[in-house]
Amino acid sequence: MAKKDLLPLLFITLAIAIFPVLAGGSEYFISLLVFLGINGITAMGLSLLMGYAGQISLGHAAFYGIGAYASGILTTKYSLHPLGAFFIGIFLSAFIAFLVGKPTLRLKGHYMAVATLGFGEILFIVFNELSPLTGGPSGLSGIPSLTIFGHPVEGAKYLYLVWGLVILLLLFSLNLINSRVGRALRAVHGSELAANAMGVDASRYKVQVFVLSAIYASMAGSLYAHFVTFISPSSFGLMFSILLLMMVVVGGTSTIWGSLLGAAVLTLLPEYLRAFEDFDVLAYGIILLVVLFVMPQGILQGVRRFFEGKG
Amino acid sequence: MTFSSQLIQFFFTGLTLGSIYALVALGFTMIYNSTGIINLAQGEFVMLGGLIIVFCTMVLKIPLLMAFVLTVTVVTLVGALFERLAIHPLKNASVITLIIITLAGSILFRGLAMFLWGKDPYALPPFSGGKPWHFLGASLQLQIFWILAVTVVVVFGIAFFFNHTLVGKAMTACAFNPLAARLVGIDVRKMVLFSFALSATLGAIAGALITPITLMEYERGPLLTLKGFAAAVLGGLGSGAGSIVAGFIIGILESLGAGLISSGYKDAIALLVLLVILWVKPSGLFGSAEASELKKF
Amino acid sequence: MSEEILRVQGLEKFFGGLRAIDSLDFKVAEGTIKSIIGPNGAGKTTLFNLITGIYLPTRGAIEFQGRPVGGLKPHAVARLGISRTFQTIELFGNMTALENVMLGRHSRTSAGIFSAGLRFPRMQKEERGIKERALAELRFMGLEDKASVGATSLPLGEQKLLEVARALATQPKLLLLDEPAAGLNAKETKNLSETIRKIRERGITVMLVEHDMSLVMEISDEVLVLHYGQKIAEGLPRDVQRNRRVIAAYLGEEAEDA
Repeated sequence: MAKKDLLPLLFITLAIAIFPVLAGGSEYFISLLVFLGINGITAMGLSLLMGYAGQISLGHAAFYGIGAYASGILTTKYSLHPLGAFFIGIFLSAFIAFLVGKPTLRLKGHYMAVATLGFGEILFIVFNELSPLTGGPSGLSGIPSLTIFGHPVEGAKYLYLVWGLVILLLLFSLNLINSRVGRALRAVHGSELAANAMGVDASRYKVQVFVLSAIYASMAGSLYAHFVTFISPSSFGLMFSILLLMMVVVGGTSTIWGSLLGAAVLTLLPEYLRAFEDFDVLAYGIILLVVLFVMPQGILQGVRRFFEGKG
Repeated sequence: MTFSSQLIQFFFTGLTLGSIYALVALGFTMIYNSTGIINLAQGEFVMLGGLIIVFCTMVLKIPLLMAFVLTVTVVTLVGALFERLAIHPLKNASVITLIIITLAGSILFRGLAMFLWGKDPYALPPFSGGKPWHFLGASLQLQIFWILAVTVVVVFGIAFFFNHTLVGKAMTACAFNPLAARLVGIDVRKMVLFSFALSATLGAIAGALITPITLMEYERGPLLTLKGFAAAVLGGLGSGAGSIVAGFIIGILESLGAGLISSGYKDAIALLVLLVILWVKPSGLFGSAEASELKKF
Repeated sequence: MSEEILRVQGLEKFFGGLRAIDSLDFKVAEGTIKSIIGPNGAGKTTLFNLITGIYLPTRGAIEFQGRPVGGLKPHAVARLGISRTFQTIELFGNMTALENVMLGRHSRTSAGIFSAGLRFPRMQKEERGIKERALAELRFMGLEDKASVGATSLPLGEQKLLEVARALATQPKLLLLDEPAAGLNAKETKNLSETIRKIRERGITVMLVEHDMSLVMEISDEVLVLHYGQKIAEGLPRDVQRNRRVIAAYLGEEAEDA
């Protein structure tokens, strides 16, 4: 973490601490912020992959789904403790990310994008088809709440749990960025050729950051499952992968704070669009295009630098 | 039905699907050849083709042939507009930005379709009435033959266009060497516009053809994009003939897989082909590894 | 007698039908400056790319300090002690000058994802060391006031020097400089010449691809001339300069600023 990150970090910690009081205990606002935190976790992981390492994933909902279903299935069908399921989900996501990442991250630009897109779709089909395990299209219900020492974590306590993890991961990510590893990732983004020539094993790092981002997504997915207690494949499809991508892009991608900002925007936005149910996909398309074209210097500069690396 | 007649059934279904994938793959190839861009909105052209022709015939009560022409024209214009408004201004952006732009375009089209027509699938009556044709125990809908016939005509038309017309040859020149093309007076920007428009045309034709059999809804695009892309890569991105052959291969594989193994996972078949090809031999069946090294992606 | 640090034997590189490097044999003595010259397209950068692992040799061997390195991946070659600069600048435009040079220390340091993310004390100590060493290299190249400037915002001449600083940070035993003087004015070229000498004084062997003949003649201990991928001359600068085959190869080109 660099010195400039300290202030926003403290601000967030404080804001979250007093939020339940501000919200007057309103369940709606608390759950909104819980979702924001959960999405923030996934977005941060994706930001490390896309913003810093300069790769792309159009299928990250798959890892979110793996975490969610791991937690959901293991705690309902196998009565495993939520923490155990949480870690199994992480391990599973990491393993699959490693298997998929190795061949996929060798590909260039477009091919990588489409490969991740295809991978996400395959997993979506799997979630739908493995009905004995996942409940199929009708979903999986009855997921138990998280318990700590026997006490269920709900409401404002869940908010603190999620955001506690957000802050820990934020710290971790910031430390990573300002380290030898972070420099290596950014070097791969800036010029993979030069990075390799200077001793950075670019392929290995690309896979590592892909696996790391899958782990973030899995954690978020598990937290999601225990919060909503009912999950179905439709939450883990293409649209969500695109939403995740948008969080990173729209938020301004040259910093990890951007991904949190993007997560905020794209978690709150669907709430406003709820009234216009037929409108939301259209709105996303418009927003994405607008951001790519018109965003004023601040965000567009961030997008430009992020996408064009060394320029 | 005996096993062999089942196989025949699957084979023809495969040819049908294959035609659609071939047309989509051809669209990809065309745009890739002239711009180096992979158009992630390709599948949406098919979707729009299907939904618009339904709208024309069912709501506006326009007779089929005119509706077909109208639909194809409209979607072609959409493709051209997309190029002008979304692609052209950001021509010099990086690869990833362009990918996301076409992705945004696909979301936009999908959102528009959802807004205009909702989420339900729509049906179109087959192009010619009449009972299915019974062939060796298989029951083949007549629409299948419409699809195959139109696809063959389109493929020959495209081949003729590229090999024997000035515009077509100009587009091929741009594919090989945009700078040289520009130097001999070819307006590369117009060629790019053309390629998007032409790809949209192909997509629209595919959409109109397939809707009587599979119906059409707003969400059909992405899966078609992926499968069409699988065909394009399998055939060697940049090879028109390769795209077509590969499209049929994938269509038949999918149909056989759906029939013989599992229909729930049928979409995954084409997707697995896509992943395997990208991972193992991105230059495709008919491309050369060296040539693909030299291309941009 | 100094040891040979690099030995190339029977090296060949074909691109399809094109013979980029053909039956090349030479040695580089440790602690010397060896220049590779030749008309455009002679295969000089290809040679560097072969040595550094960007290209796989079609045939032949490359040995570095007695170990075969032909076909190793670029990052492994760097780790062994060969570093380079690029003909077209390959700086990390998304980082500052200092961060670029700090990246050079990558293969000599070891903090992984966990120790970096959790900021273990050992990692923090390593970071401090990285920063110090990077600053030292910037100072060596005269760029210390540009440490926090975005790497690609620097003027061209300084960008080239920055690439050298970054390559030096990898602690190489062999440094490959690919046209470091291209685009430099006379004064900058003179400074470069001084700097290359100082690099040799540090005990680093230098291989230089250059078109600037005065620079080449002035600082090289040995010169090797490539033409269509083949060696047509090798030896002391003044001998090569007078070699008839070399002169013939260059005839038809613009007169170099000798």
